[in-house]
Order: sequence, then C-alpha cells, then structure tokens
Amino acid sequence: MTIDPALFSAALRALTPILFAALAGALCQRAGIFNISLEGTMLVGCFAGVAGSWFTGNPWLGVALAVAASAAFSLVLAVGSVSLGGDAIVISVAMNLLAVGLTAFLLRTVFGAQGSFSDPELRGLDRVRLPLVEEIPLLGPVLSGHSPLVYVSWLAVAVTAVLLYRCRWGLRLRGLGENPAAAASLGVRVTRQRYLVVVAGGGLCGLGGAQLALGNVTLFAENMTAGRGWIAVVAVMLGAAAPVGVFLAALLFGLAEALGFRLQGLGLPQQATDAAPYVVTLIALFVSSRRLRRRDPVEGAVDR
Amino acid sequence: MTNTDNGTNHTTPRPVVRLRGITVRYPGVLANDGVDLDLAAGEIHALMGENGAGKSTLASVLYGARRPDTGTLDLFGAPTRLASPADAIAAGIGMVHQHFMLFPGLTVAENVVYGAEPLHRFGVVDRAAARRAVADLVRRYGLDLDPDALVRDLPVGVRQRVEILKLLHRGARVLILDEPTAVLTPGEADRLFTVLRGLAAEGRAVLLVTHKLGEVLAVSHRVTVLRDGRRTTVLRTEETTAGDLAAAMTGRDLDLDVVHPPGTPGEPVLEVRELTVAGRGTKPAVDAATFTVRAGEIVGIAGVAGNGQAELVAAVVGLRRARSGVVRLRGEEITHAPVADRRRRGLAYLPEDRGEVGAAGQASLADNLAAGFHRGPLLGRFGFLSPTALTRHARRIIDRFRVRTPDTRTPIAALSGGNQQKAVLGRELAHQAPLLVAEQPTRGVDIGAVQAIHAELVAYRDAGHAVLLVSAELSEIRGLSDRVLVCYDGRVVAEWDRDEATEHRIGLAMAGEAG
Repeated sequence: MTIDPALFSAALRALTPILFAALAGALCQRAGIFNISLEGTMLVGCFAGVAGSWFTGNPWLGVALAVAASAAFSLVLAVGSVSLGGDAIVISVAMNLLAVGLTAFLLRTVFGAQGSFSDPELRGLDRVRLPLVEEIPLLGPVLSGHSPLVYVSWLAVAVTAVLLYRCRWGLRLRGLGENPAAAASLGVRVTRQRYLVVVAGGGLCGLGGAQLALGNVTLFAENMTAGRGWIAVVAVMLGAAAPVGVFLAALLFGLAEALGFRLQGLGLPQQATDAAPYVVTLIALFVSSRRLRRRDPVEGAVDR
Repeated sequence: MTNTDNGTNHTTPRPVVRLRGITVRYPGVLANDGVDLDLAAGEIHALMGENGAGKSTLASVLYGARRPDTGTLDLFGAPTRLASPADAIAAGIGMVHQHFMLFPGLTVAENVVYGAEPLHRFGVVDRAAARRAVADLVRRYGLDLDPDALVRDLPVGVRQRVEILKLLHRGARVLILDEPTAVLTPGEADRLFTVLRGLAAEGRAVLLVTHKLGEVLAVSHRVTVLRDGRRTTVLRTEETTAGDLAAAMTGRDLDLDVVHPPGTPGEPVLEVRELTVAGRGTKPAVDAATFTVRAGEIVGIAGVAGNGQAELVAAVVGLRRARSGVVRLRGEEITHAPVADRRRRGLAYLPEDRGEVGAAGQASLADNLAAGFHRGPLLGRFGFLSPTALTRHARRIIDRFRVRTPDTRTPIAALSGGNQQKAVLGRELAHQAPLLVAEQPTRGVDIGAVQAIHAELVAYRDAGHAVLLVSAELSEIRGLSDRVLVCYDGRVVAEWDRDEATEHRIGLAMAGEAG
C-alpha cells in the first residue's frame, strides 16, 4: 500500500458529509442543545437529494430539496425540545429511527425500489477542476477534482468560525449555550436563536446528505449514512464544538475511511476494513475522555 | 449627606426610584404586601429582612423579572412599567445576582459587552473597542481586572466585579446587589464597599439586599426593613443600632450573639492525620490536614467556600478518595473504608446540599427519613422494608424535631427549607452516632429554624457525641464551636480554643493572612 495523493483525495471526499453534520452539531452545542439527530437528518437529505435530482433532472435542485427537507425534518427537534421542553436526546433518537423507516418507505412508494435505487439517468454533481491549483504537484490532485459541495464545506468552516468568534451573533450564541438564563436576562431571544440554529443545522445536514448521495456516489440506499452522523457527534466532542477543531476531527475520520477502502484492496476482509472509522471513533473518545478527566478530577470523583 | 432623609423632608431630592404599594402574591404566600421603597441618587440603601421576608421579591420587581400584582413604579420621576430584565437594563436599572449571571467560557471583556456590543459593520464585534471600554471602567473604579482573562479562571470575588462592570457598561444608574458579600472574605467585602461608595458618590443609587447587620451599619446611608412581606420601617443608618435593626427584622429583641456554654471534651472520636485529597491539576484540594474531634465537643471549620472544606468533609465521610494520610474513627482506621462501613462504625452526615445529597426531593418524607436505616431496623420479614415500620420511624423523627408537614407521604421538596433541614438533621441525629459531620447546617433556613437547629446540635454534643461543624457563617462558628479551625487554600491554617477565636482573627485567617 502506498501513501499517495489519491488516498488524501479520497479522505477529503469521505470527510465532507461528516464535516457538514459536525458543523451542525457544533452550532447546536453552542446553543445548548445536544443534537444527536444528525444521522437521521442527513439520511433524509440523502433521499431528498436523489429524489430532487431524479424528478427535475438537475442535481442542484436535488441539493436544494435536500437542504429544505432536512431543515424541515429538524423542526421536529426544534419544536420538541425548544418549544415543548422535551429531552433533546430522546427526541433525536426517535428522529433517527423515524428517518430510517421513512426513507425506506418512500424508497418503495416513490421509486418502487427495495434496498437501493440507482439509475444511469440519475444525475450526480459534476466534479470541479480547479484551474491553477490542479497544476501544483502532489497537492493539486488532492485538492482539485471534487464535487462543489466539498469546497462549500470548507467555506462553511470559515464562515462558521467568523460568525462564532467575530460577530455579535456568535458571541451571543456562545453565551447562550453556557448560561441561557444570563443570556435571556441580557435581552437575547433564546427561543428564536435556538430555532434558528437547529433549523440551520438541519440545512447543513441536508448538504451533507446531498454530498453523500449525489457527490460521493450517485444512488440512494437504505440507511446509507451508516453511522456518519454518529461519527459527526463524536467529532463535535473531539473538536470541542469549534469549527476548525471539528474540521480536524472530521479529517481524522475521513482518513480512516479512505484507509479502510485502501486496506480492502490489499485483501483484508471488508467487514474488518469497514470498521476502521468506528475503531478510530472509539480510540478518539477514549483519548479525549482521558484528557478531560485529567484536566478536571473533581467531577466524578465519587468512586463508590 | 443631604439626601439620606427618610422621604418626609422637603430638602430630599426627588427619588430616582419610587415604588408604591407593591403587592406580590405567590400561591399561598403574600410575598410583598403594599411595600413602598424610595431610592435617591447618591445613596447606598440597604434592604433588610430575614429569609422569606420578601427582599428578593421586591428586588425582582425592581429589575423587571416579576410583575407586581398591584403597585406602581416611578423611575426618574416618570411612571414606568418594566416587562423584563432587559427592559430594566434599558431603563438604567441593573442587578448583581447572588448566583452570578456570567458566561464562564467567555472573557471578561466579552461578558461585559454581551448584549451591548460595540460593532464594526455587518455585525462584527469591535473587539478593540470592547477591550478599551472595559479597561477604562476598570481604571476608573479601581477594579483590578484583566479584560482578556476567562471568567472561569477567576475567583468568586473577582467575578462579582465583572458583574458590576456589566452594569456600568450599560450605564446603569440604579444598581441592585443581592447578598453580595455571601461569597466574599471580609477583606474582599471591604473592597466591594469601597467600590460601592465610589459609585454612590458619582450619583448612582445602590440598593444593597442583605440580612447582615454589620454591613448595613458599615456602608449604607438608609435602611428599609421588611418583615413578613411588609415594610416595618425606614431608618437613617447613622441614627440606628444593630439592636434596633434586629428588632425591626424579627419583631422581637434578639440576643444577637448567643454563645452556648462550652462542652466537656472526652476521648478522641475522629482523628485526621496529614490527610491529603487530590484537587484540580497538581495542587491538592486538601493539603495535609490534621485535627481531632473529641466526644462532647463541637469543632467548627471556618473558611470561604472553595478553600478545601468541602473536599475535606467528603474524604472524611467517604465520598472522595484520600490521596494520603489517615482518618480514624474511634481508634479504627477508616481512611479507605466504604461509606456504609463508616456509618456502621458510627458516623452520621448532614450534607451541605440537601437538594442534591441530603434528600431525594420527589420521594416522600417517610422514604427520606428511612434512608440510612434501610439495612437494619426497618426491615420486616424476608428482608423487605416494612411500610408500618417506615411510617412509625418517620413519625418519631417528625414529632421529636417538630417538622411541620401535612403527613409522612408528602414529598420532602414540598416542605419549607427549614423543615426539610430539620427532617434531614433529625434523621442523622436519630442514628445516635458517636460522630456527626454537619455541613452548613443552617444555610437557607429562617431564623427560627436556625435557633432550633443550633439547640439540637448543642444537645447532641452534651449527650457525649462529637460534632464536626463546617460553616461559612462566622456567627454560627463562634456561637457553637468549642474549638475553631480555619481552612485556607486547602490547608488548616489556624486552630483556636473558643476564647481565642475572635471574629477579627478568624476573618484574617480566612483571607489567608493568619499570623
């Protein structure tokens, strides 16, 4: 096995859906909502993306439908946890289960297909070649030739970082998650802000789903997110809900996934290589929880 | 001062705040009953009363968190309605809460400007301007704060200054401080008073909500006293005494410094030797603490919260692991013994936080009182708990300690703070354990319950038991203790017999200036 540009290129492709979902998770975290519905919301985006592209013949309308559908789906969490005061974790779990069943049901009724749907007529997103970047040795092949959404995700990292750390909106959001009562006492409209963040996060998950179903591949398969939304939840923790931290964490998982594919080529059984991202997740959780514990031994010190 | 009159004198400037006939009803309680309050520019006005007298309710009306059922507010001479704290801030009224309203993960500057940020274009925060504004305020009021420090890294006394800065940044002309010295050392409190005097001298009005007589006399110009939701009196501070104020608060002449007769110490019950408990980072939370508690004596541990007392107690009762050192109970080592084992050998524990540790709020009084007895006397046949035994046991404690409750099935959280505390104390005393560890036994309970609880602790001692008392209230420590220890920065920095333990000496030791 060789370490070559193609491996990193594959890693960048693999990380994009995780990155979109993790950005959504990070924003929700900042607003004080522990959002673990990323998996289901992204799956809804996958289906809506494929459906939109199939019926209009335009993959970009598929992307738009994915964003709209996922944002609408995330309203369940917003209404349930913000307005009705339900437990965000319980609602998210229900949403994840619902998304699997709902998309499988729609797959059958809309496409008459079972398990998966793909068709040569289904149009995915075209790859973009970056004119000058392409020429750079080694780096060029890594950075160029991805679906446009890959570049959108990088832009989203930058925009999120600027919003969070430079803008009034972000300052208020960071405070809101830490102490909602204090934020409210200083005039922040907590409910509105949380709705906005949850629904915007839904839209980001929709972009992640579109990239997965129209960028990485061009098909829809039942439960095709395959845990990427959960890995995004871990990336949020690992990256401390900071945009750049989340990007680096997602990169780690993207590399693991790309490496897994590569190892398959070497004759390792698929079941073993598919597990690579999850093994990395476990290790990452272990390392980060150890680090947290060292920093703060007071919490959880009761040992019997 | 010309503006410290009681409102009848014609030379009094028009008050900046005029509350008239404020009435607030909570279900079953009349929290404020037709209360009037005037604040003049340039005055520090103390709002006094016991727990439950209606101070906090009145303050929350003034900063917009609570709409009064009836009553009016004139602000700077104009009738005003406040619908929210944000309204109040906009109108120039700000409040420093007892539990700070800060964002621990943000910097001092970010906390100060939050909600009133200086901006560049497109909603981008002008961070240089924010830092400059904070630095200016810091310099002007001598507050000594680093605008770039994270609030989570600051000690409590410094966080309070951040709260004050927040109000000043918003141009508050009326500042309300709710029990501001509860978390401060005597030295920090003096610094706070200096700041408050400076603010008043500038023409701002300061409302100091407190139940501490000493600070009212030290810093205020006028005092409004509440009792049972009604205003009993408004006084000029210079014309009053501690005794007058106490009488106005309680309606009776109260012996302010009840000192119980000393005990007669016997055999050592609890021996702690070089006990060290791990803390955050490399610095231990408790550093080589050594002391002894004997039968028939109360040993009081004083200290500002966060100086290791909580961790020390946790290690003694078995809720935290000791890193090194020895804890002995009646001569037997229990340093690493499980909690159940310690209790069996004769340890009872009244925890600081009855909501979190001492009681299960939604469980019935009977169940709460059974906790700790569930392994022994309350078991019926086949090892099941016996409901009749549970009820009988609960009744005994309720009668003995005069817990006011509808019945034994009431959830304990439905009782008043004082009654909850009497119930938990009664449960722990009922063990008749040779050692009682009592942590903040009277926090948040009214003065009647305080006296009852103190009398119980002394009686328990006189019955030949050892009591380890941890309290942030100096008067409690001095009134009850046969010996006084002071914790500072994780170490026991002083140990005195009761006669040597003057308020002044304890205060200095608590601030880390022990000689």
